[in-house]
Amino acid sequence: MKLELNEQQKMIQKMVREFAEKQVGPIAAELDKKEEYPHKTLKEMAKLGLLGIIIPPEYGGAGLDTISYAIVIEEISRKCASTGVVTSVHNSLVAWPIIKYGTEEQKKKYLPILAKGEKIGAFAGTEPNAGSDLGAMQTTAKLNGNKYIINGDKTFITSGPEAGIIIIFAVTDKEASSKGISAFIVENTFKGFKVGSIFEKLGINASKTSELIFEDMEVPKENLLGSEGDGFKIALSTLDGGRIGIASQAVGIAQACLDESIEYSKQRQQFGRPIAKFQAIQWMIADMATKIEASRWLVYNAAYTKDQGLRFSKEAAMAKLFASETAVDSAIKAVQIHGGYGYTKEYTVERLFRDSKITEIYEGTSEVQRMVISGSLLK
Amino acid sequence: MNIIVCAKQVVDVSEMKFDSSTKKPILQGVSQKISDIDKNAMEEAIKIKDKHGGKITVLTVGPANAKERIKELLAMGADEGVLVVALDNIDYHMTATLLAEAVKKIGEYDMILCGEASVDLFSGQIGPRLAGLLKIPQITYAMKVTAEKNSVTAEQNMGKNVVTSESTYPALITVTKEINEPRLPSLMQILGAANKPINEYTAETLVKDVKPVVETIDLKGVSMERKNVIYKNDLDESVEQLVNSLAKEGVLGG
Repeated sequence: MKLELNEQQKMIQKMVREFAEKQVGPIAAELDKKEEYPHKTLKEMAKLGLLGIIIPPEYGGAGLDTISYAIVIEEISRKCASTGVVTSVHNSLVAWPIIKYGTEEQKKKYLPILAKGEKIGAFAGTEPNAGSDLGAMQTTAKLNGNKYIINGDKTFITSGPEAGIIIIFAVTDKEASSKGISAFIVENTFKGFKVGSIFEKLGINASKTSELIFEDMEVPKENLLGSEGDGFKIALSTLDGGRIGIASQAVGIAQACLDESIEYSKQRQQFGRPIAKFQAIQWMIADMATKIEASRWLVYNAAYTKDQGLRFSKEAAMAKLFASETAVDSAIKAVQIHGGYGYTKEYTVERLFRDSKITEIYEGTSEVQRMVISGSLLK
Repeated sequence: MNIIVCAKQVVDVSEMKFDSSTKKPILQGVSQKISDIDKNAMEEAIKIKDKHGGKITVLTVGPANAKERIKELLAMGADEGVLVVALDNIDYHMTATLLAEAVKKIGEYDMILCGEASVDLFSGQIGPRLAGLLKIPQITYAMKVTAEKNSVTAEQNMGKNVVTSESTYPALITVTKEINEPRLPSLMQILGAANKPINEYTAETLVKDVKPVVETIDLKGVSMERKNVIYKNDLDESVEQLVNSLAKEGVLGG
């Protein structure tokens, strides 16, 4: 057993870290303040292959393993959690289900566009009355000739107003409950596709989050992903992988909290010495570092299990649960270490504090993760 | 145009700490990287290759694990690597001699590009020594390089002056940090680097009986103590005292 990244993964980590330090970090606070989508960063990321991390080379991607994917998301999120989640959704919630369930035509049509970043991806499962309970969704799809006519509202969609390719879910057979849900690949140019309200949020402000409204939206029959009735299965297996991405984002946020806290506590003088000399601060730093290390290995374990082709729902849920709670805990400690300064927008930890909370909520709340974990143990 | 880029593996000096009692640098656990200015040399080589075609060979003298650093430059755009495995404590003379012998093994070349100095020891000697040993023209501290078919022109940063020099090929050029912004390799380039060849030589197979001419007795960090002077009198008086003290220390210009 070797608990070490391989040389290639280390090189990827080094490259992405340098990119994030030079191009993502310096603009993160401004994008957050202006609630501005990271268009320019995403263009640069596409050039480096970061929008096609897991897409096979024959479709223009790098075809990398899940651990490399986790490394990329962590390093980007360490400097900007908004850019991190946009990247995570694009790769794991949009490219992945097309790779896994798409027809050859769908792969040829959509994967190169995603890899090149010509269009950004979004995933639309959640509805106003169907969040954790995805089976309660009300959006409907009816086949009419060679087109599906789709009606319904989706909400809390990351990259909603910006995405060009959206994986959506709709009920094709009301009687069949969760087996009556189907998945579709939708383009934002389809007739009847509308962007609804854009949300004002607590954090991750540079990632635009909105409603999507489908009014008699016309989707070609060939854009059905998988078969009719496969939607629920596709959603759950896709979210399993997405959780590795969100867990990586959480590790990135937590690591940034630790980085900022170490730097600040060594410089900030109180009672004639740096506050890093006080045990109260030392213990907080030690607890943060320990939980971050544990979170990162849980992420790598889930990613490794996935790459082995084994079931990884439990591992991904554990990684997401622990890493997201670590992000929130680290952010609380980081603000505490910074004192009054940490509560102001002058300091990065204020943004990290706001950004951290969402990791406990989206792509499965902490409560849902506990359901998944216990469910797999108490079968 | 065939270009050789000389690159050195160095410790990441930003991670380096010093033992407070002995003042010796603590190098254990510090990560390794390509000396920053060597990456500028690499970037310039890629630009010249883009214009004229040809091949870029990365040449490193260093420990066996420097192979991983060579791979980073292969990912950036070099075509092949040459590693001369040597002990860590060799001096500038030995390093330059090994580089010169390795250059002869590589064969035909038009240009050798080096960083002006490495970020760890910053002697700036390797480029000029190598040109001397190979008996080829050199242009040092280039902040701009224009490579034409039969000659190369470079603007040299000489502090207050910029000197423009021209040379025929083959020539050795050392570049400064301001010459360009080194690119990052893409994921695909990182994957591709694994398939590019790296030839390895041991120092002994290239050179027999080369001895260091410099003896390093010790390496210690310099500690700078703060004076911690606080002026507590009224403002005008304190300002005057501060100005006088600064003048006495010679930190005020004029």
